[in-house]
Amino acid sequence: MHLAYPAVLAALLFCVGLYGVLARRNAILVLMSVELMLNAVNLNLVAFDVWLRDTLHSGQALTLFTIAIAAAEIGIGLAIVLAVYRNRGTSDIDRLRDTAETDEAETLPDDAETAPGQADGQTGKTKKAEATT
Amino acid sequence: MTTTTLAALVPLLPFLGALGGLAVGRTAPGFVRPLAILPTLTAAVLAVLVAVRQGGGRAIDAATQLTPTGSVPIDLALHLDGFAVLVAVLVTVVATCVQLYSTAYLRDDARYPSYAALVSLFTSAMLLVVYSGDLMVLLVGWEIMGICSYFLVGHYWETPEARAASLKAFLVTKLGDVPFLIGLFALAADTGSFRITKILAAVANGGLEHPTLIALLLLAGVAGKSAQFPLHTWLPDAMAGPTPVSALIHAATMVAAGIYFVARLLPVFAASGAALVVLAVMAAVTMVGSGLAALAQDDIKRVLAYSTIGQLGYMSGALAVGDRGAAVFHLISHGAFKAVLFLAAGVVIHAAGTNSLAAMSRMSGLARRIPDAYWTMTVALLALAAIPPFAGFFSKEAVLVAAEHTALGDRTAAPAAAGWTILIAGLLAAVLTASYAVRLWLLAFRGRGAEVPDHGRQPLAMTSVLWILAVPTIGFGLTAGILGDWFDGHALTPSLTTAVLSTGVTLVGGLVTYGAWRHTTALAARTPIGAVAAHPGAEPALVEAEAMTSHTAAYGTIADAPDPADPGRLLLGPLHRHAVTGFHLDALYTALFVRPVRAAARLVRFLDREVVDTYVNGTGAVTRLLGTAVRRAQTGNVQTYVSALLAGSLALAIAAVVFANVNAGS
Amino acid sequence: MLHTAPPLLTTAAGDHPGFLSPSGVEIAFLLVGLVTLGAAVITVTTRQLVHAALWLVVALGGLAVEYLLLTAEFIAWVQVLIYVGSIVVLLLFGLMLTRAPIGRSPDADSGNRWVALGVALASAAALVWVVVDAFRTTWIDLDGPAQGSTAVTGAFLFRNWVLPFEALSVLLLAALVGAIVLSRKRDTDTSTGRDTSTGRDTSTSTRTGATRRSGPTGTPGKEEQR
Repeated sequence: MHLAYPAVLAALLFCVGLYGVLARRNAILVLMSVELMLNAVNLNLVAFDVWLRDTLHSGQALTLFTIAIAAAEIGIGLAIVLAVYRNRGTSDIDRLRDTAETDEAETLPDDAETAPGQADGQTGKTKKAEATT
Repeated sequence: MTTTTLAALVPLLPFLGALGGLAVGRTAPGFVRPLAILPTLTAAVLAVLVAVRQGGGRAIDAATQLTPTGSVPIDLALHLDGFAVLVAVLVTVVATCVQLYSTAYLRDDARYPSYAALVSLFTSAMLLVVYSGDLMVLLVGWEIMGICSYFLVGHYWETPEARAASLKAFLVTKLGDVPFLIGLFALAADTGSFRITKILAAVANGGLEHPTLIALLLLAGVAGKSAQFPLHTWLPDAMAGPTPVSALIHAATMVAAGIYFVARLLPVFAASGAALVVLAVMAAVTMVGSGLAALAQDDIKRVLAYSTIGQLGYMSGALAVGDRGAAVFHLISHGAFKAVLFLAAGVVIHAAGTNSLAAMSRMSGLARRIPDAYWTMTVALLALAAIPPFAGFFSKEAVLVAAEHTALGDRTAAPAAAGWTILIAGLLAAVLTASYAVRLWLLAFRGRGAEVPDHGRQPLAMTSVLWILAVPTIGFGLTAGILGDWFDGHALTPSLTTAVLSTGVTLVGGLVTYGAWRHTTALAARTPIGAVAAHPGAEPALVEAEAMTSHTAAYGTIADAPDPADPGRLLLGPLHRHAVTGFHLDALYTALFVRPVRAAARLVRFLDREVVDTYVNGTGAVTRLLGTAVRRAQTGNVQTYVSALLAGSLALAIAAVVFANVNAGS
Repeated sequence: MLHTAPPLLTTAAGDHPGFLSPSGVEIAFLLVGLVTLGAAVITVTTRQLVHAALWLVVALGGLAVEYLLLTAEFIAWVQVLIYVGSIVVLLLFGLMLTRAPIGRSPDADSGNRWVALGVALASAAALVWVVVDAFRTTWIDLDGPAQGSTAVTGAFLFRNWVLPFEALSVLLLAALVGAIVLSRKRDTDTSTGRDTSTGRDTSTSTRTGATRRSGPTGTPGKEEQR
């Protein structure tokens, strides 16, 4: 089999994942896209391992490790997303813009309209700080 | 101790006193008064000792060179001749009296420590000028005096008059100092030395190449320092300073420096007949103009200030006819009686609560309240008007005799034209001097109207120094016979012609003024002029400051009061209006110098604000704009950041691959 | 030299067939690969969030098949077990816990999508270009003993890679602890003795105004979309 097939497939999968990471709004969908990228790498690893016929099988071993790390990553990532969701009521990435450079450091451009409903930006932040401790 | 050591100590002691006073002024106020008086007093004793040891004999010269200074060496040199030691005695005695007087005059002043230290520094600088045998060292003292006068005249800096006056004094004297400095360099370039002895030796050998130029340049500085026309305008305004400072400046230090300097370097000036004629014309204009202006002033201190300018005119006149003995003789006797006049005027202002003669002429009993000031001032005014046998008579006679001899060709040191100018102007000024002296006395002490309120006895420190200084005022003239030996050796005794002539015109001037006063005094009752009130119980300095402030407030100007009872108004007639303002010289200077300078300053300000600042602000604005643009990028959206990051790394990766291939292919 | 690449069918090494005469494995790989890629594209573009997770299952499953075709069978089963079995389930749980809307949500893509598309297409072009240019003549010899059978995998994993393997277990433990700590409620809530998994929604909705505003029946994503 030509190595070009798995290699091109991996490259395309990686770019699809890349698009998802950059374009998706929901944090969980972003995590899914990250999984796609990791899998593209895995495919590459396996394909090259098979091609090189490595006696140590570094490619396959690394693939297994990557799968394990991906599992850990998805667990931690979901926990973070849940914590953020609990505190902010949303898991949309483009709403989590506390680091935005604004004239009024406290009021965010998107929160300006929803501010009356929101109890307090400060309490939300402190809760997040407490939740992560 | 050798005479040289003693002489070196004389300027050093007040200087150390000033340093000490400044150092402990805040921490230990108890030491300030001893530190002000004792060094000056010791210096006075030492100066007398030096004078006795020198004894009018050969000049003592001592010099030490601290460090090589290039082609023209600068030495720390002492040059002690008869002029130096006698002027030093005058300076130290007057300074001691002023320091004593100030302890009472500024007894509650918060700034007394710095004031006393500056007076000491002032004295020290003058003594440096007096003793120095090197022109560069002399210049140091000369400039220190300038800055001290700035600080002291501006002592009441809360009042706008004092601020303006101190600036004016500084700037006008500096205006003269610039050509003075150039003149000194030209002199040193011509003679190859700053040492006075060497310069005089070189002049005697005819080594001066540009005598007229050098003399005229130096004269500018002298005119500034000694308040000669046309640079005299700072002196009347300097009356905004405390009275003791006025006494010090007028009697002993600042104004005397210019005359003394010319006396020291008279051969340099005498080498140029043109310079002497210029000096003579300057002196003549100064004498007559200041006499007229003095007759019109309302502020008692301004009368005295113009009289100082006039007397300095006499001294310049004596120098113009080449007789420095007469000049320094008049300098010393004038120092004595002018100190009395100013210090007594301070007492008068304190007792009357005003500095306005018009207000004083509507008070009675001032003489009874302050008998010490009354008697000493009377004596000093007689000396000022040159009534025999007071000191002023003899010294002024010496000047007139010298002028007469020059005019008639008996002396050949100066052109005859200078002699005639001085003689005629001197006689004219004698009339005016007598006139304003009598006017001052009559208005101040012979007023009619409400009784002067009793503020209690004047402090002993103020009255005692009046009597101390009254002694030379009365008696110094009698030394005229022996004094000539201390100076250049020619006699300073009066001659019969000039004595009769000058005393005659003096009496005429005094009597005419008395007559005018008798004529106008009836008007005083009809036109009440509000006495300028002040806190009568406060310290004298505060009373004076308040009096000056309220004088301007009440009459509109510091110089004039709309008083028809003023004999000066009657005597001067239409001239009065011009004389009050000093013949509009200030207005002329304003038009000639102040306005162009202001316009130039506005131009510079415009250039700075509108042109230079535009670039500066533009830099800031562009940076801000860029900053705003960069801030836009900080959206807080992580996806944007990552997109940019990846796009960038992609570009880099492609670039790397392309270049690698291009390089591999080539 | 890259843009003047010779036609793909001309192979430098003549001992294996060109691209126009594919073997059966290659055809299978190509077809499954197309399916996988299509599923992945749908995953990142669909507007229904739950569908995205399901399409992800297809994509990951397709990848497992590809592993099989590459004779890495152990990894293929691990892929199925871990990815399809646990990770996608975890993601689905996450979607539910964050009240992801069921049905089409018009705001699934952020405003960054055009930039993302540009970056992705550019990187895809660059990567494919480089990869094809580099490996167009490389041939994988799939004959012989399977290189990824369970026996082989066990042998190399526990013979050569045992130390990293154990270190990986520590990593997993740390991730476990981290996940627990992150998702734990505050101490005051746990002291009340309520079950964290059931009490989470009510307690968060009473504590933060934002959650309360979205409401128990609401869909936060939609409501906060103005």
